[in-house]
Amino acid sequence: MDNERTEIFADYAPQQFFCELTHARGDDGGVPTLVRERLERIGVEALRMRATAAETDLIDRGITFTVYSDATAIDRILPFDCIPRVITPSEWRQIEAGAIQRVTAINAFLGDIYHEAKIVKDGIIPADLVFGNANFRPEMRDFAVSHGTYVHVCGIDIIRNEMGEFRILEDNARTPSGVSYVIENRHLMLRAFPDLTSGVKLRPVDDYGRRLRAAMTEIAPGNVGDPQVVLLSPGIYNSAYFEHVFLAREMGVPLVQGSDLVVENDRVFMRTTSGLRRVHTIYRRLNDDFLDPEVFRPESMLGVPGLIRAWRAGNVALANAVGTGVADDKAVYAYMPRIIKYYLGEEPIIQNVQTNICREAEGLAYTLDHLDELVIKPVGESGGYGITIGPRASKAELETARAALIADPEQWISQPMIALSVAPTLTEEGIGPRHLDLRPFVITGRDTWVLPGGLTRVAMKQGSLIVNSSQGGGSKDTWVLAGGY
Amino acid sequence: MRAEPVLLSRDAEGLFWMARYLERVENLARLIDVVQSFESPGREAESWSALVAIMSDQDKFETAEGAGDPETVRRFYLLDQTNPTSIPFCLEYARTNARTLRPLISTEMWRQINVFHRFVAQIQPCDLEGDRLSRLCNRIKESVQTHTGITEGTMYRDQGWQFYQLGRLIERADQTTRLLDIKYRLLVPRDREARRLTELTMWNAVLRAAAGYHAFKRLARAEFSAEDVAGFLLRDPSFPRSVLLSVRRAEYHLDELRRIHHLPHANDAIEQAEYLREFLLERPMQEVLEGDLHGYLDRVQILLSELAGATGRAFFRDWRPGATTAPEEQGQGQGQVQVQTA
Repeated sequence: MDNERTEIFADYAPQQFFCELTHARGDDGGVPTLVRERLERIGVEALRMRATAAETDLIDRGITFTVYSDATAIDRILPFDCIPRVITPSEWRQIEAGAIQRVTAINAFLGDIYHEAKIVKDGIIPADLVFGNANFRPEMRDFAVSHGTYVHVCGIDIIRNEMGEFRILEDNARTPSGVSYVIENRHLMLRAFPDLTSGVKLRPVDDYGRRLRAAMTEIAPGNVGDPQVVLLSPGIYNSAYFEHVFLAREMGVPLVQGSDLVVENDRVFMRTTSGLRRVHTIYRRLNDDFLDPEVFRPESMLGVPGLIRAWRAGNVALANAVGTGVADDKAVYAYMPRIIKYYLGEEPIIQNVQTNICREAEGLAYTLDHLDELVIKPVGESGGYGITIGPRASKAELETARAALIADPEQWISQPMIALSVAPTLTEEGIGPRHLDLRPFVITGRDTWVLPGGLTRVAMKQGSLIVNSSQGGGSKDTWVLAGGY
Repeated sequence: MRAEPVLLSRDAEGLFWMARYLERVENLARLIDVVQSFESPGREAESWSALVAIMSDQDKFETAEGAGDPETVRRFYLLDQTNPTSIPFCLEYARTNARTLRPLISTEMWRQINVFHRFVAQIQPCDLEGDRLSRLCNRIKESVQTHTGITEGTMYRDQGWQFYQLGRLIERADQTTRLLDIKYRLLVPRDREARRLTELTMWNAVLRAAAGYHAFKRLARAEFSAEDVAGFLLRDPSFPRSVLLSVRRAEYHLDELRRIHHLPHANDAIEQAEYLREFLLERPMQEVLEGDLHGYLDRVQILLSELAGATGRAFFRDWRPGATTAPEEQGQGQGQVQVQTA
């Protein structure tokens, strides 16, 4: 029996990939070893039974995203893997500093391009990339946001290569989601696997709601002692609706929909049982396009007519600000190291994934020479459309990509294939390595704060690099060790 | 700390309807259970078509035979997700409301509704057969009662609680009138003694379905009359499912909204509740029974729906605030500015 128990990691082989649990780190405080010993003691069968019970618990609690088809609504959970991902204090210091630097630079960049646009005049970034960008909002020009903060909530996708180096893959500066799972995963871990967490000093994740509420209070328009904050959601049919509920509850503010709000005399009010109540700050989980039918999509039923007028009149604060999408665009991403240098005079604390900008001669030449090793991405698209994965493409596909690159180099960037790090994950075959990433969440009002940890998304299929929940990805509890603080 | 959290009109309406739909689910389970006990060999069709009649669903069946076929009717109310008067439909609606209300209701309330909803969505045709039907009805009834208990023990008593109670009480009063009506939809034998016995069985079943059997027995004479039963269900001051007590309690919650929560718009609804209460006590029960009981019950149902309407106009979504004055903020840290409606 004991022999059988000690075998649970016997076949575990992360190969060339960096392993987030088994790779020894000087300041890990022995926690990864402790976790492995505890998992051995539980045994794989008991682990599986408890994992199943934990997932049932998520369904019962409705910690789900909803997939709607013609007649049915299916509630899906984000699959929870019970083996935690461990981040050491020094690793966290780097992630935290890197995330703060990134968000500071993004806010400086947005402030600049919506005012003087010095960065364009100085030739650091091409004008058409900024002003010709579909997410650039002319309505934002010459409008001052409080504390210079445009991106109040930012999710930064970070991966780790074979060398164990962190790299930023993407910035999410519009309405990033996933933070509710960070907190719910921790609660689930404590509830269902107290024997794994027992005695381990972890940075807590429960402060997020308070920090978010504080930031929303800080950005409220002038001189209101106790400003009314609300969370604006598209409603129950939105796949992230659970998160909207979660955040409204954690902040202790009303969860409103567009139809609950009304603008009169350029002021925003909500309809309550006792009449109209003034609203000062809106944490909106609605895309720019849907916010105000008077300014953006006239057919939008989700928004509030006159909202942008009220905002420009300085009578209500919006988080995130309108027009932040220009900063997290793929084409602009490639310029982020230069943007950081330009505004902060610093080197990036966490590097981008090496990115070749094909509008530049050098980047194009390199890309054409190494076509079969690179991932070729169109700059304007999102969601994985139009991507050619060199190492997996046929000759004909490579030639099509080559022709497209030569015809219109400005539309393309290229990046090397990245070997994402792995962590032990409970699978049907036992415990095996699965690829993962990390999305820390960054809140900025007057100052910037990073929630310790973040959402660890894990590809549940062997060898898969796709961690998205829509593609069967799951998540893990992310432990930031408290040592050194 | 804020003195009283604000309540969105939409959420007030959501609480009202969540409670109403759950109460409706419980009562529908009670009705189906009582119809099943009325069912006697060779006369099943009558019992089930009576249920269809009191639910005003005759039009939804292509033929009168369909509306009397026990299996068709049972499926219509227990399995049909598209029928707006079915248990799965009502529960779906209650859960959808609960979903919009999740920031306001307790996690325990949400979890229980969620698990209950899954149970009902998984009811199979074989669950409606034989003795299983009664067990199913009981389980549904008890699930709503579990909800009620969790709500009583965990829900914060702000104005939302008052709207929740209003929805529940108005629905309960309405359902009690329907339960009483079912008795009048059923044929009784012509023979005097056979009729007396049949009626006795029916009244007992109605009282049992309303959970009023024992209380009624403690009050009633040995030889009770129809008048006694109808009077008990309609206007007993202490029976929790009586129409009068439900209306009185609704009146109490409306008054709380006015007094404790300072919502002056409650007045119209309060007047409506007062009128309904007077209507219930106006005529001697004997006179009501000698006249047109069905018509009388219809009138009570209309007055209840007017009470719901008055509540909606005062507080919910169709309530449009009048002219507003928007005083400038003074910047003295007094919290949010309240805009009074004209």
